[in-house]
Amino acid sequence: MSILLTHWNYFLVIVLMMLGFYAVIARGNMVKKMVGLNIFQTSVFMLYISMGKVGEGTAPILTGEAGTVYSNPLPHVLILTAIVVGVATTAVGYALIIRIQESFGSIEDNELIEMLDDAAEDGAS
Amino acid sequence: MNPFAMNPFAMTPETLILLLLGLPLLAAAGVLVAGKVVTGAQQANIRDGQGVLIGLYTALCAIALFAAMPVGTDITLLTFVPGLSLSFTLEPLGLLFALVAGCLWPIATLYTIGYLRGADEKNQTRFMFFYAVAIHAAMGIALSGNLLTLFVFYEILTFSTYPLVTHKGTEDAKKAGRVYLGILVASSVILLLFGVIAVWVLAGTLDFAAGGILAGKIDAAYVPLLLGLFAFGIGKAALMPLHRWLPAAMVAPTPVSALLHAVAVVKAGVFTVLKVAIYIFGLDFLAESGGSDWLVYVASFSILAASCVALTKTNLKARLAYSTVSQLGYIVLGAALASPLAASGAALHIATHAAGKITLFFCAGAIYVAHHLSDIKDMDGLGRKMPITYLAFAIGALSIIGVPPLGGAWSKFILMGGALDNGHLLVLAVLMVSSLLNLVYLGEFVLRGFFATPSQPDSTVSEAPLACLVPLVVTALLSIALFFGVDLFMLPFSG
Amino acid sequence: MMQHLPVLQVLAPLMAAPFAALLRWRHMAWGLAMLATGAAFVISLALFVQVSANGTIVYDLGGWPAPIGIVYVIDAANAVVLPVISFIGFIATLAARHLVAREIDRRDHALFYSAWLLTLAGMLGQVTTGDAFNIFVFLEISSLSAYALVAMGAGRDRRALPAAFNYLILGTVGATFYVIGIGLLYMQTGTLNLADLANRVPQLGATLPAYTALAFIALGLFLKMALFPLHFWLVPAYGYAPSAVSALMAATATKVSVYVLIRLIFGVFGADFPSLADGFGMLVITLGLVGAFVGTLAAIVETDLKKLFAQSSIAQLGYMAIGIGLVTASGLTAAIIHLFNHALMKGALFLAIGVIAAQAGRATMGTIQGAGRQIPMTMTAVLFGGLALIGVPLTAGFISKLYLIRALIEVDFWLIAALVFISSALALAYIWKIVEAAWLSERPEGAPVLTESIGTWLPAWLLVLATLGFGIFAAPLVEAAMAAADIFFGGRP
Repeated sequence: MSILLTHWNYFLVIVLMMLGFYAVIARGNMVKKMVGLNIFQTSVFMLYISMGKVGEGTAPILTGEAGTVYSNPLPHVLILTAIVVGVATTAVGYALIIRIQESFGSIEDNELIEMLDDAAEDGAS
Repeated sequence: MNPFAMNPFAMTPETLILLLLGLPLLAAAGVLVAGKVVTGAQQANIRDGQGVLIGLYTALCAIALFAAMPVGTDITLLTFVPGLSLSFTLEPLGLLFALVAGCLWPIATLYTIGYLRGADEKNQTRFMFFYAVAIHAAMGIALSGNLLTLFVFYEILTFSTYPLVTHKGTEDAKKAGRVYLGILVASSVILLLFGVIAVWVLAGTLDFAAGGILAGKIDAAYVPLLLGLFAFGIGKAALMPLHRWLPAAMVAPTPVSALLHAVAVVKAGVFTVLKVAIYIFGLDFLAESGGSDWLVYVASFSILAASCVALTKTNLKARLAYSTVSQLGYIVLGAALASPLAASGAALHIATHAAGKITLFFCAGAIYVAHHLSDIKDMDGLGRKMPITYLAFAIGALSIIGVPPLGGAWSKFILMGGALDNGHLLVLAVLMVSSLLNLVYLGEFVLRGFFATPSQPDSTVSEAPLACLVPLVVTALLSIALFFGVDLFMLPFSG
Repeated sequence: MMQHLPVLQVLAPLMAAPFAALLRWRHMAWGLAMLATGAAFVISLALFVQVSANGTIVYDLGGWPAPIGIVYVIDAANAVVLPVISFIGFIATLAARHLVAREIDRRDHALFYSAWLLTLAGMLGQVTTGDAFNIFVFLEISSLSAYALVAMGAGRDRRALPAAFNYLILGTVGATFYVIGIGLLYMQTGTLNLADLANRVPQLGATLPAYTALAFIALGLFLKMALFPLHFWLVPAYGYAPSAVSALMAATATKVSVYVLIRLIFGVFGADFPSLADGFGMLVITLGLVGAFVGTLAAIVETDLKKLFAQSSIAQLGYMAIGIGLVTASGLTAAIIHLFNHALMKGALFLAIGVIAAQAGRATMGTIQGAGRQIPMTMTAVLFGGLALIGVPLTAGFISKLYLIRALIEVDFWLIAALVFISSALALAYIWKIVEAAWLSERPEGAPVLTESIGTWLPAWLLVLATLGFGIFAAPLVEAAMAAADIFFGGRP
């Protein structure tokens, strides 16, 4: 039980990861998939940042005072990059969803599959 | 051009090797060029004429090389992968096959011209092109110096004969093509290549060597398995049950059948089996390990079963196809007996069967061209209308049956000797029963042709066109010549 | 200039991308793309020559040395992968001109080439870099542009949109798994530099966190390389994408992921990592083998040619996986050889059928009936590509097969070798369906007349010639692959 208290950040990461992953896989609505993806990616951000925490360290911004203990700045930098990637992915994803909605009239997986199965014989466009 | 500089008998073996490989390609290119550049009525004549001329020259080169018998000459064209190269090495067996292919090619080309024109077939340019490429591949197989080179040309042969088999373009031709390609490619890719790579890993090399390269490298218990990979992987040897492609390929025009059965494809198959047995496994190693005993029985079965099936077929070409399956079994048997005498008998059989079978197929094609008949039931009394054809057929048949003074008698005799050597009395019985069966299914045709009364009595002689007739007479005479000239052929094999 | 080649390798297409987007005139966008990809190809050749002569090149970005800064490392392993990726990029760009003109709306051409260059830059970056997180960055650059490129096929076939979306979802999940794995490694070792990781990770030993990191990294890369059963995104994505995109992606994207897998597994964890050969290796071999059969069998029943060859790619990637899973130098050599050769073969095939797809709307068994007579050069390219897939001698595919089987036999995996043979023989079935449709059938009445010109068949033929060239003169490639495998296996057999 004590591990839950000392490593609660990692458990949080796992919970978020699974929630996000579940939404990606189990939900048929595309917007929900994207949301799940975002949650999944956020959990990874949290994983990195929490691993960078150094004991008594403060935020990794130079204060000019000697003897300050900083948390590891590298994970923060990595996560900035990953956040940007996440934003870009989200943008492309939603752009695709809008196009799909315009073209098919639906953004539900099962409805799309039905539509595509019917159209498969005639080719498409 | 100085004509004497072109004399094959004065050339170095290396030059001759390159010529033997390159001339068929030259003929193929010539076919294409003639098709594009020359127009009008002369196009066909120029295209075909250059094929025959180049073919004759190739035959001369092959004879020159065989006469010289420069064993051990070796040329390497390029290094494929580190440790393996595309190389050619001369030894008696390969030179014999090259001789057979080289000599029969111009004859077959002449016949093909006559047949295609006589039967008014379409797409003759495409046909002649792939024909020439197939010969090139056969030469490559004959002269190969290692298993990899042989495998490369083996595959080229398969793919270059496919358009020939499916030439007619009908649904039947397509289906036959699928069976042909399916069996040959599947067997070569799944079994043969497996065997080749296994040998590569076990022996570290793929170069052919007298006495074999596997002795000591493989446990005697595994030899039957490895041999099996080769025996069945070499689908062109038509060992039962992988023989189905041969009767299926009968849907092709007869010159293709002649090529397949006598000049190139099946001969390449059994040649490969012999070569692998002698130069990869080594006859002594095979004999010691007993790894080929099972093959003796399988080959014997193939010989007898195919002959029995031949009896039931009334389509002439189908009957000849199964006869070939049976005869190929002889050669595989010779390899399996693992004795030098049997192996030399098998090698001779490559030559004698080639001459005999090609005669039979030429005759079958001649009958089709002259009278549009393909079923034996319709051919009663035809012998009186086509005496030359039937006489040639009779000579070829006698060679296959193994009656002196035809060449086939010698090869059968030596094979029997090889069987006795090893105490395989059963094999002796198989060979004799097989001769009997040959007599029945080949003899029936000849006898019905000469002595049966035809449904429409009409004894006017209407032979096949000259371009068909001359080749079949030549090959029939060749069968006789092989009997008397056997020493010339067997000399290099003493030992 | 010469010492900056490693970074220029990536910069050439990367810097050209935004300019391509800004250009008004779409032909100039293509021209710029040609320049950039051509430069990338020349640079990759120069790097190969340099590495062959002088050994590994280490380039510090911004002058910051490892392990503080990001370094680009060119050694024998990526020196052999870079040329093939950039060559395909160049040839595909050459072909893109006529393919894109027919398949994509004019207004989008400049943007198309911009995304195209970004994808290529991302792929080259993944191969060039020596930093684990940098791989992720380039992976995402390449993937995001790829999602957009695939979606551009919607002009022809709207099914490209859900295909692109699925690709996005699965691709992002895969990349995120990779990042998790890298994060776990960073937690344990404190470094992201591949060479540094190679020193520290083996010392972690057989601990749960190390295995977890391995699992996440491998899983993410399996997804990106479409290893069975994580391959479902590939067929629709390549099937509905514009022809030029299918050609580029099919030939390069998954190969780059295979390379990254090799780099991470063998370069960081090392072949001696506990249980690598038995656990991980056997899993990869099994999945690869199943993928080989699944892909081949699916291809046999498929009628749309792009999807057919995409299924075939899954099979071929299975062979590469088998080579990797053997965890021997021979196996890795075979995998690298096949990585190289398959890129050439598949590139040729997709470019050739792209010609048909661009004209007839779709390349299917139906639209290629009798095509052998109308577009002989193009169909002959398909024939040779197909023969290479089967593994006919004198083609590059034969060399790949030779070495893969040899690697299998060397460790006595006879049954697996037999199965590999059987699956590659099965490839004959779908290749021959195509041959029969093209040459042995009549073109139906009313079918669109197919035309070809040197501009349309040349790109495919350049790749076909490369396939034949490396099938006949295979020695240099084999030696380069052996040198590459040596990097990871030292002097071990």
